[in-house]
Amino acid sequence: MINLRVGDQAKDVANVDQRDGGAILATTHLSFWYAKFLAIEDVSIEMPDRKITAIIGPSGCGKSTFLRCFNRMNELIPGTRIEGDVMFRGTNVNDRSVDPVEIRRQVGMVFQKPNPFPKSIYDNVAYGPRVNRYQGSMDEIVETSLRRAALWDEVKDDLKKSGLALSGGQQQRLCIARALAVQPEVLLMDEPCSALDPIATTRIEDLMRELREDLSIVIVTHNMQQAARVSDRTAFFTLGEAGAGVLVEHDETQRIFTTPSDDRTEAYITGRFG
Amino acid sequence: MTVGDPTMVSNSGHAQARTRRRVFGVMFYALTIGSTVLGIVLLAALLIDVFADGVNQVDAHFLTSYPSRFPDQSGLRSALLGTLWMLGLTAILAFPIGVGAAIYLEEYAPANWVTRFIQLNIANLAGVPSVVYGLLGLGLFVRWFSLGRSILAGSMTMSLLILPLIIVASRESIRAVPDSLREGAFALGATRWQMVRRTVVPAAAGGILTGTILALARAVGETAPLITIGALTYIAFDPQGPMDLFTVLPIQIFNWVSLPQKDFAYLAAGGICVLLMVLLIANSLAVFLRYRMQRRLQ
Amino acid sequence: MELRPRFALKNSASSREPSKWGGSRRQRVLVERTVHWVLFACAAVSVLTTTGIVITLLGETVQFFGEVPILDFLTGTRWTPLFASQNFGVLPLVNGTVAVALVAIVVAVPVGLLTAIFLSEYAPGRVRSVVKPILEVLAGIPTVVYGYFALQFVTPILRGIFPQTQIFNVASAGIVMGFMILPMMASISEDAIRAVPRDLRQGAYALGATKLEVITRVVVPGALSGILAAVILSISRAIGETMIVAIAAGLQPKMGFDLLSSMETMTAYIVQVSLGDTQQDTIEYRTIFAVGTLLFVLTFIMNVLSDLLVRRYREAYE
Repeated sequence: MINLRVGDQAKDVANVDQRDGGAILATTHLSFWYAKFLAIEDVSIEMPDRKITAIIGPSGCGKSTFLRCFNRMNELIPGTRIEGDVMFRGTNVNDRSVDPVEIRRQVGMVFQKPNPFPKSIYDNVAYGPRVNRYQGSMDEIVETSLRRAALWDEVKDDLKKSGLALSGGQQQRLCIARALAVQPEVLLMDEPCSALDPIATTRIEDLMRELREDLSIVIVTHNMQQAARVSDRTAFFTLGEAGAGVLVEHDETQRIFTTPSDDRTEAYITGRFG
Repeated sequence: MTVGDPTMVSNSGHAQARTRRRVFGVMFYALTIGSTVLGIVLLAALLIDVFADGVNQVDAHFLTSYPSRFPDQSGLRSALLGTLWMLGLTAILAFPIGVGAAIYLEEYAPANWVTRFIQLNIANLAGVPSVVYGLLGLGLFVRWFSLGRSILAGSMTMSLLILPLIIVASRESIRAVPDSLREGAFALGATRWQMVRRTVVPAAAGGILTGTILALARAVGETAPLITIGALTYIAFDPQGPMDLFTVLPIQIFNWVSLPQKDFAYLAAGGICVLLMVLLIANSLAVFLRYRMQRRLQ
Repeated sequence: MELRPRFALKNSASSREPSKWGGSRRQRVLVERTVHWVLFACAAVSVLTTTGIVITLLGETVQFFGEVPILDFLTGTRWTPLFASQNFGVLPLVNGTVAVALVAIVVAVPVGLLTAIFLSEYAPGRVRSVVKPILEVLAGIPTVVYGYFALQFVTPILRGIFPQTQIFNVASAGIVMGFMILPMMASISEDAIRAVPRDLRQGAYALGATKLEVITRVVVPGALSGILAAVILSISRAIGETMIVAIAAGLQPKMGFDLLSSMETMTAYIVQVSLGDTQQDTIEYRTIFAVGTLLFVLTFIMNVLSDLLVRRYREAYE
């Protein structure tokens, strides 16, 4: 019996060097189809550990689809097809021997619209640890996760309240806390602030900068200022000639926004297109 | 003035035609109202007739006595107990299978011919006359399984009869759970079953329970299949277990209706009052549950 | 054996204490697979039910036709299986079934259709939200109650108007059955009427048509296949309905259309035999399966037909 979680400490120690500074996520020649429709074409990219990578580009260019390749969320949609490799810590996540459930426990996700479960705040955060059969103290992990998501002080007195009773910004932070509770190494964020007001957005951006200490974040955003504000690296996607999303370039955020190497990037960030 | 020759139509003809059209319109409107009211009036007549005949019959003696050939000594005791037994067993059998089938079709089933075949079956079963289910129960459960004319055989027959209702209601309710909740659960590393059990089923519980209660209410009122499998019309003892002979409320009512003496007709009306009260309680419960669950999801 | 080492995800040593996270993959897969099959089995019960119905009915029916030629059964006009001189011509039962269904349809179709038109074209939202649930109640009343109502309320009225009316008669059972079917007729017709696109109506109004003209020349023709589906389904329900006829229509298998007299339907016959002390494995016992098979086939054909019609209007407008 192979337990994927226990007994890997030795390897962890051996991989410490790789963890700092190495690529945690990567794709090579990744293409993706919804039935016959080619959504993203031939994307190769590497994303460093403990950094925030922003994915920007016009709407409909496959940013979200690309993001969802990393935790295999796309395979829940019938009729999809993937080609090329998606690597997490050097392992192909689409390999037959890999359990998608295992991937999703290590690569968390926050969605565009806050989607708390119709349960109490406590049960929302405890959901992940419960399905993952966490043996430690549930109260502790709930509190830690809510603190990490900067929500604890606002909700600590009524953890029994429904998650749906919170404001939009609080709901999204609850969703972040929920994702953090399974202690992932990567957090995928799919336009997490698009449904929020500016103040709530600022809080989430601050939170992302804090979280970067412990984990890697990939954020899809249509808001270029947001990408510039929070991310270390930026990848620019656009619609290719075939009508599929393609990766134009990726680099340090500063460089993308000051001296992009591709005309299309410059056109997009200066607002002439998209 | 020749009809159909527009040049000959005078102004007054126009006005006449317009008036006529308006009169027809009003008459038709009245006709639609009349039809709608007719249905409601009939319902009212039915309820008033039944309660006028029967409500005086309903008392403690009526509810706790066995049926008898003397109308003034007759009661519903065995029929009520039989209905309760059948209701309980049918719920135990039909609820898990119905909800399981609904979950399979909504959350698991691949889009292939097997799934389409199953769905076709469910749709067709919903239209099979109830008396045919009775023949199925007679041939399959009573004879082939050798269950005899027992409560169990009756409940199994009823379960098959109401399964399509539970499945359809549960599927609708499961479909109403937003996909964002499913994605949220998957993204936390839930397996499909964990996602279903911890997220979809709780969120759909209101609709599932409502549908099940309404389906069970249908089972309480069904008569023909139980007569066909041979449930008896005269039972003067309390059923002790699922293998016992039994009768139910509608069969007892049917028995009384079939007797020529007017006094038994009043007993039947009394039985109907009790039956309708049971159904009213079940329906109120269903409405209440639906309302509460809807509020919880907001 | 796989050549490459089996994949194992590593935990981030700093944030995650591996020993606290349980659950092996094998166990997980086992649970998932078991659940999947259990749920599939639940769904498969419906297929087994259909199979069970077909096998149960056919098993006895085939034996029945071993003794009674199928042609005699389908074309004979005398039905006396419970008498000393047995005749197995099912036509009297079909005749009775058709007669009751006819009366029910004559009530349910016009009243149901007009109700549907009122609810969809005239009624304000608040009236509709009150009327619809009341009509639903009609559909929820047990059929044995309708039977009582037909025998104890409608029949006396009929006898008051037509003194020759028998105690058990087709008309009373049929009228009450019509009201039982009414909610279904109204509801399916209303769905069909609502599916007629708004711009079709507005086009007609723009040409100066009155509301009545729009309804009779645009809305009803546009919803015709759906309304037809409702009619067919209503007939199917009327044919399969049992308790109303068993209580109020009588048990005399006979030909003709004297609606004020007693007739026996196919369903009522099944009830009659079930209530009696007919021994199993006799030809009398098998008759109810033969009649049941006929009933099943007739309703099945009509249900399929109705379903095809509903699909047609859905395709046309959606």
